[in-house]
Amino acid sequence: MLEIKNLHANIEDKKILKGLNLSIGKGEVHSIMGPNGSGKSTLASILAGKEDYEITDGDILFNGESILEMSPEERAQEGIFLAFQYPIEIPGVSNSYFLREALNSIRKSKGEDPLKPVEFIKLAKEKIKHLKMDESLLNRSLNEGFSGGEKKRNEILQMSILNPCMSILDETDSGLDIDALQIVANGVNAHKDANRSFLVITHYQRLLNYIVPDFVHVLVGGVIVKSGDKSLALELESKGYSWLEN
Amino acid sequence: MREELKIDNDQATKEMLENEEYKYGFVTDVDQDVFPVGLNENVIREISKRKEEPEWLLKFRLNAYKKWLKMKEPNWAKLKVEKIDYNSMSYFATPKERPESLDDIDPEILETYDKLGIPLEEQKMLEGVAVDAVFDSVSLVTTFKDKLAELGIIFCSFSEAVKDHESLIKKYLGRVIPASDNYFAALNAAVFTDGSFVYVPKGVRCPMELSTYFRINAENTGQFERTLIIADEGSHVSYLEGCTAPKRSTSQLHAACVELLAHDDATIKYSTIQNWYPGDKNGKGGIYNFVTKRGNCVGKNSRISWTQVETGSAVTWKYPSCILTGDNSVGEFYSVALTNNWQQADTGTKMIHLGKNTKSTIVSKGISAGQGQNTYRGLVQVSENAQDARNYTQCDSILIGDKCGAHTFPYIEIKNPSAQLEHEATTSKVGEDQIFYCQQRGMSEEDALSLIVNGFCKEVFKELPFEFAVEAERLLSVSLEGSVG
Ligand SMILES: Nc1ncnc2c1ncn2[C@@H]1O[C@H](COP(=O)(O)OP(=O)(O)OP(=O)(O)O)[C@@H](O)[C@H]1O
Ligand SMILES: [Mg+2]
Repeated sequence: MLEIKNLHANIEDKKILKGLNLSIGKGEVHSIMGPNGSGKSTLASILAGKEDYEITDGDILFNGESILEMSPEERAQEGIFLAFQYPIEIPGVSNSYFLREALNSIRKSKGEDPLKPVEFIKLAKEKIKHLKMDESLLNRSLNEGFSGGEKKRNEILQMSILNPCMSILDETDSGLDIDALQIVANGVNAHKDANRSFLVITHYQRLLNYIVPDFVHVLVGGVIVKSGDKSLALELESKGYSWLEN
Repeated sequence: MREELKIDNDQATKEMLENEEYKYGFVTDVDQDVFPVGLNENVIREISKRKEEPEWLLKFRLNAYKKWLKMKEPNWAKLKVEKIDYNSMSYFATPKERPESLDDIDPEILETYDKLGIPLEEQKMLEGVAVDAVFDSVSLVTTFKDKLAELGIIFCSFSEAVKDHESLIKKYLGRVIPASDNYFAALNAAVFTDGSFVYVPKGVRCPMELSTYFRINAENTGQFERTLIIADEGSHVSYLEGCTAPKRSTSQLHAACVELLAHDDATIKYSTIQNWYPGDKNGKGGIYNFVTKRGNCVGKNSRISWTQVETGSAVTWKYPSCILTGDNSVGEFYSVALTNNWQQADTGTKMIHLGKNTKSTIVSKGISAGQGQNTYRGLVQVSENAQDARNYTQCDSILIGDKCGAHTFPYIEIKNPSAQLEHEATTSKVGEDQIFYCQQRGMSEEDALSLIVNGFCKEVFKELPFEFAVEAERLLSVSLEGSVG
């Protein structure tokens, strides 16, 4: 589904990714771990199409086609979703209005009719219930004044409504309390199926008890230095990263 | 006669296609009676004569003209405006056939209003909205007049009011804005042509929105509207004005005066959606919008609320103000001003607290894109006798791109120490992160921008009557087109 080949990327002449290779198949769950500043969020942003980065070498294929020339919205419309490490706020735009606009943009790109407000509200209320979020969050300005955990949960709400096939979760577990972690993981697992893939960026093995990865990769200094199965996460938890760095 | 009246449809369509951003830029080709250019006493006498005005009104005009001749154009605003030659424009333009009723209106003109989204024909009229349609210098028709009259509400063109309600006009004209108030007010008092008159009697709550639709059509013609709204004791009225003009390469002047007067316990809500032609991408043409708007809350517990959405005009110069004379009276000003390309706006309000326990609220949202310059200028004045006056001011500016500017000039004059004032001001850039976030969720950059900017204006839009809030959002999106990428 997603194939990253020898990816080199700079920001402001600073090399961040230095030959990254990663291949994610249909229905697979991959996890990326790695020290602060190693390039995890950079990778996520590049996949989503953020323009600040210069791709100096390599390619990214999505369903067999290069997406490097695609705009962020085209990628989103194709089914790439990024749950942001730091979700942004948009004052004056209600969460539900934002989500409906987003959903209808995606539907429009597929030639589908827009959802009417009533239809949308029904869908949103159903999804929000699964995530045990307060319904009032739908009427509040997008992420404005949301608690850290509410913002993260809201990202997963968006994922479950927009229904992407490739979801990238950037530290969605950070800032969640233990119950919330469980709820978010349930939300993700409910979304999981044979056609939907995940790339889960996290610092904590704990999350992977709930969202069980097929593969774990360690990103250090802009390259993947080690890959393994879920036991690698346990090993990292006890040994840290230093044994992989050099 | 009818054969002579034709609309140049092809040209209109062509112009509309050429410049999608301003879709009201077409010209209606009707046979018009236009005064020769130039301004002098004879022109004023002729306007007055055409309108069959009483002697006192002619005197009012001539006095204003004399004062105007001695006044200087204001230049303190943060505006760069080419010198206006007052003798190069015409002061009166009217379609030759003055309609007696709706049936007599030229079909081309009716079609114009249809295109503008304000059908005047009985069967198509907007529900719950009475419309006064002003085409250049004259009011063509006022809808729902009879229905309103049953409640004692007067809603008609200013010219008609002079004839049918002379005593009211004589009593109130110039009472809130004296003819000598400022340069443009004096000019307006001398040459004003048409506008609307509203009188809501004691205790009546006006059951529908009243609105005036101003359309400039003739070339090289100034439009000088005069509107007067009186809300008698305990009454309530909501009024809205909308404005458009054809695309032309030369600038045109619109200098309006609007006076509001609220008696005890009365409320006037005045909303504006100003979408005059803003000029082209290079700053050529467009309307000069120099407007004096003022309301006086003469009665106790009265309330005047201005809401404006200013997206059009090459230059906007207006400060809708409230004089809070009555005890416990309330003044409000909610504003969205957008400047794109080379547009300039210098707008804000004055809240003059005279009575006790008076309260004012100012919420101003400035949006600058392209090379647009957007200035908020506001005065809060608390007089010696205005015990316990309160004001809340919030001025937010948002910048799109890095060639535009936002400026804020709040002036405060306090003569009573019990006054409580709060002021908040913010300037922000539309964040790339915000746009990227929206794009990541599937929206285009332009949709993202309009979503963010509309969110920024939310507090003001919610003050508009519902039908018009939707229109305002749409207008904002259209006005922002081309400002990304
Ligand atoms: N705009 C920028 N300008 C300069 N350096 C940047 C910029 N954005 C990111 N970086 C640098 O790129 C490196 C990788 O950052 P990135 O956010 O991808 O790390 P990360 O692996 O997600 O870290 P964390 O675990 O802390 O979230 C860091 O050293 C960061 O300082
Ligand atoms: Mg990160």
